[in-house]
Parts: sequence; C-alpha cells; structure tokens
Amino acid sequence: MSIQTTNGLARRRLFQLGGAGLLAATLPRPVLAAGGKAMKGQIIAGLSQEPTFFNPLMPHIEVDEAVYWAIYSPLWGVDEKGDFIPQLATEIPTQENGGISADGLTWTVKLREGVKWHDGQPFSADDVKYTIDLLNNPDFRAAKRQGHELVTKVEVKSPTEIVWTMKEVYAPYAAILAWTFIVPKHVVEKAASANDSTLNTAPVGTGAFKWQERVAGDHITLAGNPDFFGDGPHVERLVIKYIPDLTVMYTQFQTGDIDHTGLQGITADHYEEASKLPDRVVQANLVATIENIGFNLGKPQFQDQAVREALYYAIDKQSLIDSIYYGLPKATESYLPQQSWAFNPDLPKQSYDPEKAKAILDAAGWKPGADGIREKNGVKLSFLNSTTAGNHLREQAQQLIQQNWGDIGVKMEIHNLPPAVMWGDYWMMSKFDSVIVGIGFMVGPDPDATDYFGGKQTPAKGGNGQNTTQYDNPEVNRLLAEAASTLDRAKRTQAYKTMQEHTRHDLPFLPLFQYTLIEGVKKGLNGFKASINVQSNLWNVRDWSWS
Amino acid sequence: MMRYLGSRLLQSILLLWIVSLIGFFVLYLAPGGPLAQFALTPGMTQEQLARIAHQMGLDRPLPVQYWEWLSRLLIGDWGQSYRDSQPVLAIIGSHLFATLLLMGASTLLAMIIGTWIGVLGAIRRYSIFDYLATIGAMIGLSIPTFWFGLIAIYLFSVKLPWFPAGNMYTVGDASFLDYAHHLVLPCLVLTLVTVAIWSRYMRSAMLDVQGQDFIRTARAKGLPEHVVLRKHAMRNAILPMITVAGLQIPTILSGALVAETVFTWPGMGRLFLDSLNYRDYPVVMGVLMFSAVFVLLGNLLADVLYAVADPRIRLT
Repeated sequence: MSIQTTNGLARRRLFQLGGAGLLAATLPRPVLAAGGKAMKGQIIAGLSQEPTFFNPLMPHIEVDEAVYWAIYSPLWGVDEKGDFIPQLATEIPTQENGGISADGLTWTVKLREGVKWHDGQPFSADDVKYTIDLLNNPDFRAAKRQGHELVTKVEVKSPTEIVWTMKEVYAPYAAILAWTFIVPKHVVEKAASANDSTLNTAPVGTGAFKWQERVAGDHITLAGNPDFFGDGPHVERLVIKYIPDLTVMYTQFQTGDIDHTGLQGITADHYEEASKLPDRVVQANLVATIENIGFNLGKPQFQDQAVREALYYAIDKQSLIDSIYYGLPKATESYLPQQSWAFNPDLPKQSYDPEKAKAILDAAGWKPGADGIREKNGVKLSFLNSTTAGNHLREQAQQLIQQNWGDIGVKMEIHNLPPAVMWGDYWMMSKFDSVIVGIGFMVGPDPDATDYFGGKQTPAKGGNGQNTTQYDNPEVNRLLAEAASTLDRAKRTQAYKTMQEHTRHDLPFLPLFQYTLIEGVKKGLNGFKASINVQSNLWNVRDWSWS
Repeated sequence: MMRYLGSRLLQSILLLWIVSLIGFFVLYLAPGGPLAQFALTPGMTQEQLARIAHQMGLDRPLPVQYWEWLSRLLIGDWGQSYRDSQPVLAIIGSHLFATLLLMGASTLLAMIIGTWIGVLGAIRRYSIFDYLATIGAMIGLSIPTFWFGLIAIYLFSVKLPWFPAGNMYTVGDASFLDYAHHLVLPCLVLTLVTVAIWSRYMRSAMLDVQGQDFIRTARAKGLPEHVVLRKHAMRNAILPMITVAGLQIPTILSGALVAETVFTWPGMGRLFLDSLNYRDYPVVMGVLMFSAVFVLLGNLLADVLYAVADPRIRLT
C-alpha cells in the first residue's frame, strides 16, 4: 500500500505541472520551502497514550518514541526488514568496510556533512561523543546504559569522524545505536543539570519535524523541517493527538477527525467494520510483542519440567486466539517475532491434548488428591495467575486457561493487580506464581534476549536484568554469551536458533501468540509501513505524504 | 464577621495540613511507584530501575520526602511532574482552562434551566409538565454519561455530521466559533445530566417554602401571585440552593472525567486519573491540595452568601 514519493519524484512532478502553467494554477500549490522541499497539508495521528517526555535518553514509555522518530535522528535507523539505514552516519560500520576493526573492538563512524540542529547550530561529531558520554555519566538519569557502558574511549577525529573503543565485542551494540537518538550538546550543556535540560519539554533535534507546541493532555504540533538532510518531510505539519479511549479514537477515525490511528490502534472487535469503511485503509500488522504465560521457577509447583510441559499441552491455544482475540494474533512457539532474522520456524508445534497432559503428570507422580487437585510430595498444583487488572481480553483468556487447567486437575486462581503494582517489585523481584505478560524480548531490533533468559539476570537473586522467571540453563547462558560476542551474523543466527529450541523445550514461558496491532490511515495518505523493529509506526513519518 | 472568617481560615489550614499528610502517605505507601511503567520497556533491568529511583530520591525515608515536599510547598514551589517535567502549577493551570470552559458553561446552563423547571414544576405540581419534568429528570440521572456521550457522537457526528466528534478545538483554527462548535455536544450531555439534579433540588425547595405560613400571609395580604412567587417564595427557596452551588464549585474544578474521556477534552479529571495511573506523585499531590483548597473555599463562600441572602443568619 505504500507508494513512496521521493523528493526527486515530487520535484519532477512539480516541474511538469509548471510546464502546464494553466493546470498548475488551478491546483492547490504545495508550499515550496527554503530547502526546496514540497510540503503539503498536515497529518493528524491519534495515540491512546500521551507522549509527555522528550529527552530520548531518559526514562520514557513507548508512545514517547513516536515523537522522537519525528524530531531526532540516530546514527542509523532500522527499517521494517531489520536492515540498518544510515541517518547521521554516512554508512554502517562493519568489519568488511573497515568501520569496525578486525578484533571487533574499535568502531570508526563517518558522519554526514552540513546537518543542522533545528535551532540552526551545526551538528558535529562532538554531539555524538557528548551523547555517549552523557549516557555513561553517573549523575545522568539515563534510561538504559546497556551497551554504552562497554564504550571506553570516545575520540573526535574531525567534525565528521568519530572513533570509539569497546571493552569487549558486543554484537547488539549496532542495534542499540539504531535506537539511540543523538542529542544537541549545546542545548543540554546549558542546563545546570543534564537531567533538567530544555530537551525534556522542548526538544531540539536533526529530524524531519521541528517542535512547535504541546497542549498538555491534548496534542503536540510539529512543523515540517525544510532543512532536513534526507528526503521529506512531505507535509507542513504533524499533529499527534492524545485520545485516551480506544472506542472514541475509532469514532474519530470514522468521522475523519484523525488521519491515522497509532498505538494502541483499533480494537479487534471493530476490525471487520473498520476494513469496510470507505476511504480508509486498515491493516492488522504483527508487532514484536509476544504474549506468554510466565512461571516463577522459584516456586515448587513449577520446578518440574513435566508440569510446565503438561500445562502447555492443556491450553486450547487456537480457541483462545479465535474466540477472544478474533483470530488476529499469530500462534507462536518462540519468544522472537517471526520477522526477526534469528527466528526459528522449525520448533515443535504445541497441540491441545488434555489427555496427554494428564498422562505426563501421572507419569511424573503428580496424583489427584482428595479435592481433585494434583499433588506430589506435599506440593499442590495450585497457584495464582496475575496480570494487569482491567485488561478485559486477558481476563477472558485467564478464565479460559483456568478451565483448561482445571480439566487436568490443576487449580489456578486469578489474582490481578493495577499496573503500577503488577510491574513493580511483584514482577521484578519474582514475587508472583505465574503471570500473563506481553514482552518484546529483543534489544531494540536485535534478537539478543540475555536480559530475560540469562542465568545471571535475575533481580531476585541480585542479578542485573529482567529474568523474573529465574530461568537458568547453562547451555542457554553459553549460547547467549557466544552470540553476543561475535559479529558474524551466520554464527549468531545458529546460536539463537538452538537457543529457541531450548526455551521451547524448557518452557519458562509458555509462548501463546505474537500480537497484532490494527492500524488505519486515510486513503491518499502514503508511506505508512508497519515495522516490528521500532516501537512506533510513526518511525518513518518523514516519508509520509498526501497524494 | 471578621472573627468568624479568621477562625474558619485557621480551621481550614489545619484541615489542609491533615489532607496533605494523609494524601501523601497513602499515595506513597500504595504499592507500585512511578517507575513501574518503565519495567516493560524493552531492555529495562532492575539495576537500572534502582539507579533511577535513587537518582530521583525515591529511596529516601518517607518522612524526609514529605518534609521536603511540604517545605517547598510552603514557599510556593509545587514541584515538577515526573511525567513531563513541567511545573505542577503550570500543568494544573493548562488543564483548568479546559475544565472551567466545559464545566462552567454546562453548570451555568443547567442552573438556569434547572431552576426554572424546578420552579414551574413546584407551582404546577402534578401537572403534565411536572410529570414530564420528573420523568425527564429520572432519565437524565440514570443514563450513564459514557453511553449518552457516545450516542450523541454517533447521532450528531457520525450519522449527521453537524458537530465534531470531540476535542476542544481544531488544531490550527482555535477561533471563538471553533471552540463554541466543539463545546456544543459535551456541554449538551453534561447539562442534561446536571439539569436533572438542579430541577429536583429546586422543586423540593420551592414546595417546602410554599407550604410555609409567610406565604399564606402574603397571599392573605392580597399580594398579586407573581409578587408572592418572586419576592417571597423564590427568594427563600434559593437559600438551600446556595449550599448546593457551593458544594458544586469543587466539582466544576475537578472536572467531569467521563465526559472528558468521551469527548477527548483535556481537563482536570483526566489529568488526575492519568497522573494517578503513572504515579506522578507531585501532580497527584498538587491536584489533591488544589481541590482541597477549593472544597474549603466553596463551603466558606456558601456560608457567607447564606448570611448575605438571609438576614436572619449572623456569622459569629
């Protein structure tokens, strides 16, 4: 559906129109800005959460990224296929092109010339050095330091060349940089503390759109940047509208008040109706988030491999997807989205087989007690299952799973908590029995999932990570380390494929399905491209245009 | 009068302090915290969260945090939002306008219409008008605002494209007419709900007064009926309404969460809910203190107005 209008094409069309003088005079004239860019009209994008924080290096939530991709630029971005696209850098450093040294430790990045910040100041290698140093500054409230903390020495060779050295080879770093937006040194430096710079509220970047204004609780207006170094932008204005209720957002999409429904999109129950709307294009796109049932392996009920396997056989996965989620999400066996280059498509398929589940439990010695609940050595197969309270679809899924497991003599009680409680210590410090959770396991667009599966990454055991199931498989630990420390894509793929076989076998998480996001755009708005490699599908809004 | 005001003010300050104390500790002791929202962002780890909490000072003992918050508040510093690092007062201010516009317009309309329906209903008790008004009020009170709002949008935005389906103004337009155009639907919905309340109160207040001796005396004096109604009955029936109005002031400021959500109106109700969901402590405390001040002021104002309207009452 995406018809890309490159700048060259647009110019050519303008030229033709100019030649046809009279005709051109009758058509609405695009604004031809100083940089020679044809910008026409505005886009109003609806989001169901409000972007509020605009320093991209500090803690923020998913929706804030919608604004970052419009305002800022990373050294290189990542497209829907997972390939890096140069932005502030002129090429992606690899060992082949000499950008990364043979030992994998020294990175040399060449930068684009003539790029300007939105306030007119020139961009240079100093800004890149400042950004990486700031992330490692102990006083700076950086959101994440993963990868950056391995950078030891950053050297500016010239305004367009920067070199840094890493403590160890860390393959996901290129992907992390694709999500690291470069900030203007001259703006952040002005603040008494980098935590309170004006970037937080009035961002200055190098991206296709400039900050204009924010009306808190309502919308953000960005203006097309005529000096943007790449193609685009093709519109004069981008308005990001906050609409907290999904039904209301859908209604405004119907009435034409908004041109695009972004996060959290159109609800599944409206999908059929929405696809029939005239002059609207509606797509259900897979996203990187995988829905899982997570087990706390620290609890005695879940330590037995047979229990986890039996519980998986007992779930009627397809009915769950069809009856609750309108058949839209895709059943999966892996923690990786199927679009990832490391996805293993050959994992054994789960089947719904309660008899086999019972047989497995019988064989493992879990016998039904007086109350019909299975037990072994005084441990009853009875536990809580928790998720965010108020997520109605998940609550229905829980009830279905509760029945499925009840059928094989396992008692699951639903114990849901408000989000701020659920994802606080209860989740992080492994205080739950079992959860239903949607997780994007990748590090940015990189398939490394050390934080979720590494044996040393369990916070409850003092580890640094988010391995809250307390999974610890020496073979998996070895594969993770091996894959992160080589830049060889083939070797990494092999390691991750083997690792997916292990997680499919060990089942610390029961993988249920890969989520879909239903998004719509008005007909005539071109350029929308769903991508699992970013957190917002406004990632390429610089390319969007009206026919 | 001055002594009365003085003692009421002192009481209010004490009350405010208690509200702040309870509010603060309940909020901070409630499980979860402002960092939980970041837990599920890709690549977030417990170590990073602990570091951020420490950098934000969230790991210090509660009394220390309370004292710091209170001492800053006393010198007029309401703090900064965790969510968007704007000063709390600025955030409240920007949402207050939206709320005042919507709630002010609908409350004013509801008061005028409701008062008249109530008075007419009381004068023509058990007439067809009275029955219709009573049934109308019951319907108005029982319809959930959410449903009513969506029906209004469906009818007047989707089916008949007369009014916008929400928002306070068109981005890039924002003229007076544009605001008015956007105001119609939410105002209509809120008015219909509140008219019911006002008309019921007014009707019963009016009925109460009409049974009193002084009305009979006025009629016995041979005063024309409209004078009896206007000068004697209505003036007295308005008295309890002053209390109702005083109690409504905080509602006007705290906004209408449901209507704001349905009509994507950026008011105080949504600000409070969003801030609470994200555990944006400074803003939640700010809104809480702000509303508390207005509840107290509203009550005080009602009492003073009562004395003004009713010469029998002296404030001592």
